[in-house]
Amino acid sequence: MAEPILQVRGLSTYFFADEGVVRAVDGASFDLYPGRTLGIVGESGCGKSVTARSILRIVERPGRIVGGEILLRRHSGQVVDLVTLPSDGSAMRQIRGGEIGLVFQEPMSSLSAFHTVGVQLIEAIRLHSPLSKKAARARAIELLALVGIPRPAHRIDAYSFELSGGLRQRVMVALALAAEPHVLIADEPTTALDVTTQAQILELIARLQRERDLAVILITHDMGVIAEMADDVVVMYLGREVEKGPVDAIFHAPRHPYTQSLLRSIPSVLAEPRARLATISGSIPHPLARPAGCPFHPRCPDAMPGRCDADVPVEVSFADNHVTACHLYTEPVA
Amino acid sequence: MTTPVLEVPVLEVRGLRKHFPIRQGLLGRVTGQIRAVDDVSFSIAHGETLSLVGESGCGKTTTSRCILRAIAPTSGKILFRDEHGDAIDVAGLDRKGLRPLRRRMQMIFQDPFSSLNPRMTIAEIIGEPLLVQGMRDTRERETRVADLLRLVRLPAAYLNRFPHAFSGGQRQRIGIARALALNPSLIVADEPVSALDVSVQAQIVNLMLDLQDQLGLTYLFVAHDLSVVKHVSHRVAVMYAGRIVETAPTKQLFTSPKHPYTEALLSAVPVPDPRRRAHRIVLEGDVADPSNPPPGCHFHPRCKYATEQCRTEVPALTEIEPGHAVSCLRAAELSLRGVASGS
Repeated sequence: MAEPILQVRGLSTYFFADEGVVRAVDGASFDLYPGRTLGIVGESGCGKSVTARSILRIVERPGRIVGGEILLRRHSGQVVDLVTLPSDGSAMRQIRGGEIGLVFQEPMSSLSAFHTVGVQLIEAIRLHSPLSKKAARARAIELLALVGIPRPAHRIDAYSFELSGGLRQRVMVALALAAEPHVLIADEPTTALDVTTQAQILELIARLQRERDLAVILITHDMGVIAEMADDVVVMYLGREVEKGPVDAIFHAPRHPYTQSLLRSIPSVLAEPRARLATISGSIPHPLARPAGCPFHPRCPDAMPGRCDADVPVEVSFADNHVTACHLYTEPVA
Repeated sequence: MTTPVLEVPVLEVRGLRKHFPIRQGLLGRVTGQIRAVDDVSFSIAHGETLSLVGESGCGKTTTSRCILRAIAPTSGKILFRDEHGDAIDVAGLDRKGLRPLRRRMQMIFQDPFSSLNPRMTIAEIIGEPLLVQGMRDTRERETRVADLLRLVRLPAAYLNRFPHAFSGGQRQRIGIARALALNPSLIVADEPVSALDVSVQAQIVNLMLDLQDQLGLTYLFVAHDLSVVKHVSHRVAVMYAGRIVETAPTKQLFTSPKHPYTEALLSAVPVPDPRRRAHRIVLEGDVADPSNPPPGCHFHPRCKYATEQCRTEVPALTEIEPGHAVSCLRAAELSLRGVASGS
C-alpha cells in the first residue's frame, strides 16, 4: 500500500463548558490512504463529526484540541502537523478546501442563498488558483458537468433554492473538489437525502474517488452506507475508538461487544417481516456523565464488574490491522 | 407471520385527494394545483400495520394528516369505524362532529424532543387526554397513567419528572403512552423512529410490535426507511408523486416487487453487509414534482422499462394477485428483482 496521506495520532478534542469537560474525542488514531475510504461510524455524541472538524481545524469554542497529531502529506510532499498550525493562518486556509475538501450533511444551509451556484464555485476556484474570472467560469461549468449536473452551462446561474436536494448536494461535491484536493471529508453527506438520491450521491463519490485517487473520510451513523462504501472502518462510542479494521472484519468478525450489538440491532430489508430486533439496553449516556472505565460498560452484555467499570481498556491489535479496545481481549495476542 | 383478518376494516380510504392551490401575484390568484395526494385508496384491518412508504413529497404525510383531519381533504372518503361498528366518513365532518372521533385516532410523532410540553410533568402529559375526555377523578387518572407507564416499560418513579430529563428513546415511550391513553382504534405513527439512534430505534420498534400483540392495536405507519418498514408491517403501500404505485403483503413486496419504482427503491437501500455490495439501480433525475407531474405514468421519465404508451396512458392500480396491486402498464410482463429474505 502507498504511503498514508493523513495520519491521525492520539487526537483529543475536549469542550470546556461551565458544567464540566466533555471529552468529545479522546485519543483517536487512524491512517488514510489515497484511493481508499475510511468510514467513521457511531451514534450521536460518539465524536465522529468533531474528529472531522478537528482535522479541518474548525472546532468551535469552547472546544479545543488538547492533544495528538494530525499529519498531512501536502501536495508538495512535505508532511505537516495540522495541530501546530494556527487555525486561521494562511497555511491552514490553503489546506482547507485546497488540500482537504469538505462535504456537509445539509446542502441547503451550507450553500449561500444570496449567490448563484456559479459565483460560489468561481470564488472557490479562484481562492486556490490564479485563474481569470472567465477561465474560472469555464472551470466551474466543467466541475458541474463532472458531478453529473445536467445542462451545467445553464445551471451555473441558478440559486441553490432553485435546485433539488440531490442537485444541491452535487453542487456541494463540486465545491469541495474545486481546488482539486487529495483528501475529501464527507460528514453525513446523504443523511438528509431520500434513498434513491442517496444512491446517486454515493455512486458519484465512489466514481470521483476512482478517477482522482481521492482519499475519503466518510462519516455516518448508517452501517449500511459504511458497508457499501468503506475500505477501513473506525467505530466510535462516546468519544473513544472502540474498534477499527478492514470493513469485512468489522462486519463479519466484530470483536467489541458494542460493534457486535450495534450490528445485531440494525433493521434490515433482508430480515423476516415483523422480526423483533436485538436491542442494546439503556441509552447513550450524557456526554458530561461519561461512565468510568470503558464508556460502554453499563450497556455491555459482557461487562466484568470491577474491571470494565474501573479501568479504561487499552487497544489490542489482531492480524490484518484489526484493533479493539476491550478488556475481553487484554491478553497479548501473538 | 400472522395476518389478522377481520371482515370490517378499521379504516377505509377511498379516492382520497388533497390539492393545494398555488397562489401568485398581488391578488393571490390560483395559478395551479399541487396534487399532493391524488386518488389514494386503501384499507387497514383491525390489528394490522399498514406502512405508507415513499420519498419526500410523495404524499404519505399529507395522506396521514387528512386521515387525522389535521387538514381537510379536497375529495374522497375516509371511512372510520366508531366504537359501535358504524362506518363514519371523517372527510365530511366539521369540528364538532370530529370531536368524539378524535380520541379514537391517536398520533405518534417523529420528533420526541419537540412533541412534549417541557413545562408539564410526565404524569400531566400522559394524563392530559384522560382529563380532556372527562376523567375527572385524580386517583383514577393516576392509576391509569401508572398502568400506561408500565406498558411502555418506564419506571413509575418517572411520573413527576419533566421531559428534559429524558433521552430521545424515553421521550418516544412517553409519546406512545400518551397515544395509548384513550384506547384508540387507530394509531398513526409518522416516522416514529427516524430521529432515534440505531441502538434506541430497535427498542422502540420492538415496543410497538409488542404493544400491538398485547393490545390488538392498529397502526398506520408512515416512513421512508424500508428496513424499519420490513420489521413492523403486515402490508406496505408504496407512494410516488401523490399516488399509490404498489401495495402488497410485506414479504411479497420485498421479494417480488411488481412496480419498477419499488424495485429501484429496494435496490437503493444500503445493506449492512460489505459482501453484498449491491448492483444498484441508480435512478436518473429527481422525484416528480407534484405541481407539474409528468403525463401518463408519473414515474415514466425515470423508468428504464418505460415505453411510448407509458408517456400518455395513466396506469390504474390493479390487483394482480390477491392482496397485491400495482399500477404499471407492463406489470404482467416485467420480471423485477426484489431483496432475498431471511439471509
